[in-house]
Amino acid sequence: MKLYELTAHELHDKLVSKELSSVELTNALYERIGEVEDKVNAYVTLDKENALAQAAKVDAKIAKGESISVLAGIPGGIKDNISTKGLRTTCSSKMLGNFIPIYDAHVIERLRADETIFLGKTNMDEFAMGSTTESSYFGITRNPWNLERVPGGSSGGSAAAIAAGEAIWTLGSDTGGSIRQPASFNGCVGIKPTYGRVSRYGCVAFASSLDQIGPITKDVTDAAIVLNSICGKDEKDATSLPVEVPDFTKALVQDVKGLRIGLPKEYFGEGIDPRVKEQVEKAVKKYEELGAEIVEVSLPHTEYAVITYYIIAPAEASANLARYDGVRYGYRNLEAKSAAEMVTLSRTEGFGAEVRRRIMLGTYVLSSGYYDAYYNKAMKVRTLIRRDFEEAFQKCDLLLTPTSPVVAYPIDGKMDPLSIYMLDVTTIPVNMAGLPGISIPCGFVDGLPVGMQLVGKVLDEATILRAAYTFEQATGYHKVFAPLGGKHND
Amino acid sequence: MKVTTQDVKYIAQLSRLNVPEADLLEATEQFNQILSYADILQKLDTTGIEPTPYVLPITNALRKDLVKEGATHEEALLNAPAVHNDGFKVPRVVE
Amino acid sequence: MTKYTTVIGLEVHAELKTKSKAFCTCSAEFTNVPNTHVCPGCLGLPGTLPVLNKQVVEFAIRAGLAVNCEIQKYNKFDRKSYFYPDLCTNYQISQLDKPICLAGHIDINVDGEEKRIGVTRIHMEQDAGKLVHSGATISTSDFSAVDYNRAGVALIEIVSEPDMRSAEEARAYMENLKAILEYTDVCDCKMQEGSLRCDANVSIMPEGATEFGTRVEIKNLNSFRALVRAIEYEVERQKEVLEEGGRLIQETRTWDDANGVTLSMRNKETAEDYRYFPDADLVPVIIDDAWIERVRAELPELPAQRQARLMEQHGLPKYDASIIVSTKAMAEYFDEAVKTAKDAKGVSNWLLGDVSAYLNNEGITISEFKVTPAHLAELVNLTKDGVLSSKLAKKVFTEMLKEDKAPGALVKELGLEQVSDEGAIMKLVEETIAENPQSVADFKAGKDRAIGFLVGQIMKKSKGKANPGMVQKMLKEKMQ
Repeated sequence: MKLYELTAHELHDKLVSKELSSVELTNALYERIGEVEDKVNAYVTLDKENALAQAAKVDAKIAKGESISVLAGIPGGIKDNISTKGLRTTCSSKMLGNFIPIYDAHVIERLRADETIFLGKTNMDEFAMGSTTESSYFGITRNPWNLERVPGGSSGGSAAAIAAGEAIWTLGSDTGGSIRQPASFNGCVGIKPTYGRVSRYGCVAFASSLDQIGPITKDVTDAAIVLNSICGKDEKDATSLPVEVPDFTKALVQDVKGLRIGLPKEYFGEGIDPRVKEQVEKAVKKYEELGAEIVEVSLPHTEYAVITYYIIAPAEASANLARYDGVRYGYRNLEAKSAAEMVTLSRTEGFGAEVRRRIMLGTYVLSSGYYDAYYNKAMKVRTLIRRDFEEAFQKCDLLLTPTSPVVAYPIDGKMDPLSIYMLDVTTIPVNMAGLPGISIPCGFVDGLPVGMQLVGKVLDEATILRAAYTFEQATGYHKVFAPLGGKHND
Repeated sequence: MKVTTQDVKYIAQLSRLNVPEADLLEATEQFNQILSYADILQKLDTTGIEPTPYVLPITNALRKDLVKEGATHEEALLNAPAVHNDGFKVPRVVE
Repeated sequence: MTKYTTVIGLEVHAELKTKSKAFCTCSAEFTNVPNTHVCPGCLGLPGTLPVLNKQVVEFAIRAGLAVNCEIQKYNKFDRKSYFYPDLCTNYQISQLDKPICLAGHIDINVDGEEKRIGVTRIHMEQDAGKLVHSGATISTSDFSAVDYNRAGVALIEIVSEPDMRSAEEARAYMENLKAILEYTDVCDCKMQEGSLRCDANVSIMPEGATEFGTRVEIKNLNSFRALVRAIEYEVERQKEVLEEGGRLIQETRTWDDANGVTLSMRNKETAEDYRYFPDADLVPVIIDDAWIERVRAELPELPAQRQARLMEQHGLPKYDASIIVSTKAMAEYFDEAVKTAKDAKGVSNWLLGDVSAYLNNEGITISEFKVTPAHLAELVNLTKDGVLSSKLAKKVFTEMLKEDKAPGALVKELGLEQVSDEGAIMKLVEETIAENPQSVADFKAGKDRAIGFLVGQIMKKSKGKANPGMVQKMLKEKMQ
């Protein structure tokens, strides 16, 4: 086994037993990045000097016999929309191409306290708007399972980095599926915690009522470990929940007996690739064998979720992205003769096409005369979508769905925006209701990973972690590496 | 509902974005594609349904009136595209 | 010519006296060095989030109760979007449809007539930064520099009903509102410095009409004088337009104080589409009855209550009391002075008379007045006790303005004690009668005026120090 093929918890044991140093490990990761980054392009910015300095500090601590956290000295990657003090944070946009944050996001403060290593900042769809990572100003990221395919998005860099062995763990952000869908396309584990579980402070806002940070990892155990580090109330985020955070690794029990797993029928109907469906149904059977009880449930407003999302998210984005005006930071057009012209030209030139499209859509649905027909209507439908879940959870403890109706599709497949938006139908409703959702690998179609999504009740990450862990241990899809990630034995 | 190229121009102006004339038709078409899809919402009866602007029922997340160290002057101006007299320099404000 | 009725409504922005800003922990204090009271939050850096300062809610409730508003249980914040370089996120956090206070009122008195002016609403919001222009004016500048020190400072906006019918009523409303904000200690109310700002909505309609005319919003009114002048100018302008058969347009105009005119703000002509929507970064604020009642119980004495107290406790006339309570500092000065003064009306006379004249002349407020309340009280007592004539008291007051000394000491220093010694006064009376036989004869012939002349002569001889009452009394006795 190569070092980059190991998980955080495996590597932690090696660091503590002094079989391996964090500096060796960090160097090994940069070496791996050097080998494959040309093909994958998972990173926007690397920070080798600081990473090695931090690794040396952890090694010194181990040498002195001091205890270290599980993530100490373990190299990870941070999605480039999470603010890192002194380290360029671009949101994969020309707009922030040279932007150096002067503060750390709350999750970064916590990870620093745990003495993790930050290898660099991972590529993404510009401002997290997209599901392919094709809209990055810094070039597309390629799927390590098939370089002609998209890695998904918007956290495509974070997921591809895991699949290609370019990081042990990464952080993504999820507004409508941006952690879970790329995790599924890359055969990784990705979890979007309950809205409010992780502070959004320092996560560059796309849609404030939907955004949530979460980990992408090789297995469920690592996901629980990273969650332990980043979850918890933050005084700087009014929407962060003032609740106790359990030790998520305690949920990693191989037991689903008596657990009621709901299958929302709307997620298995029209629009799903039958081969994907087959893999997910195989997983359902596995759960039955393991003793879970399978119940069919209905989420009747599912068909409205995508358009509701594509009203609410752009509306919030149109205001959140108004701050990029070339005045205080970011790209500025230097030829403009007036402030107003400068703002318009800076924004037009600094943002890519998809971002501009969504800002305009959001502006439209909030504008005078259209607010009630679109935005307010969408907010009401959101209530209905939320209630669907509340009712479904009367009958089951968690839901099981495909993470995406499809596997990774070809780069530049010339799909129109709406067709791409429609593929988010399986992940979007979870954000709308603020629920926790995890994607774990459950099979392959044409050598490309298929992911299944487990959705829990509000703040019940423990149940989906337990179910995910049980399936993972009983199957072993997480041990299959992408061709670029090592031996591919599918 | 449908928008015209004029509407798209107005929306672009409100958004402080330019849509080049050459792209205007395509942009309008894409807009209308999404809006026509949004028509399914209009068929859904939402009478008596309260909107959900906040996902979770948290209230009164308030902080004490305490002053904390903010950014230094240098940090504040670190990313400024142009600076004049300790301020963020912008071209003339009125055309 | 048609007779018109003027209709005025005021929108007042008051900066709250919180220590930190509304949504971040930066100091809200004024500073001259640009961009020093700033942080990632109020600079609008990517990823930052607002967290509401509890004191903002507290102050807004206090102000609301002081103007008789109903405090709303459910509060939420909205984003108001517009692009301007002084607005660091290009949206302002404000309250659209769920303001914290509704349906209040302020009572005013103009020329003895009482009137109740409605307060429609009060809502919480944040201030913007400041643009410093390179040239003399905004239109002659090649560029500007933005300072975000003020960005994010907490504001309340107090919106009145269009209940005022004259510039004087608007002034009275504004003066009362300012006093209330001062008394409740929620705002330092410095209009010149912009901590209290006022926009006026002005329209006219033919007398007897029921439908309001086209409304014009006037900005940049940073003194009471500007408020009055701008409204008066604007009313005349609107009349002229209508008389000439023209039509008024709904627009925003700015007050040009130097030239005494209102000017159209062309850049504001197109109605802005603010695209208000709930700010999902903030959560609702629920104000329960216990919170409201606690703030109510802690409310300080308000101007109206204080006026009643001054009338009842000190027997002041309503006019005196109303002027003394119009600023908190004056009222406090009065209260301090009457602690030791033997004559409350005497204190009031000084404050309304010579003290106000002096302050106006110097262009200062009573908080900057050098003479302490205790010294003014002593001066009043010296007069009351007959040590000083009112004329000499003025002389002593003039000295008190020059040096920080007790009036008693000054009287001694200047040898100004009133002479009340009967023997000494009798000597002057006899002398004067002997010197002015004609006046004495006039007096005896029934010409009362003659006695005034004789008293004047005696006061002159005594260099003003003789007790005038005694002089008068003894003169009369002697001439009977």
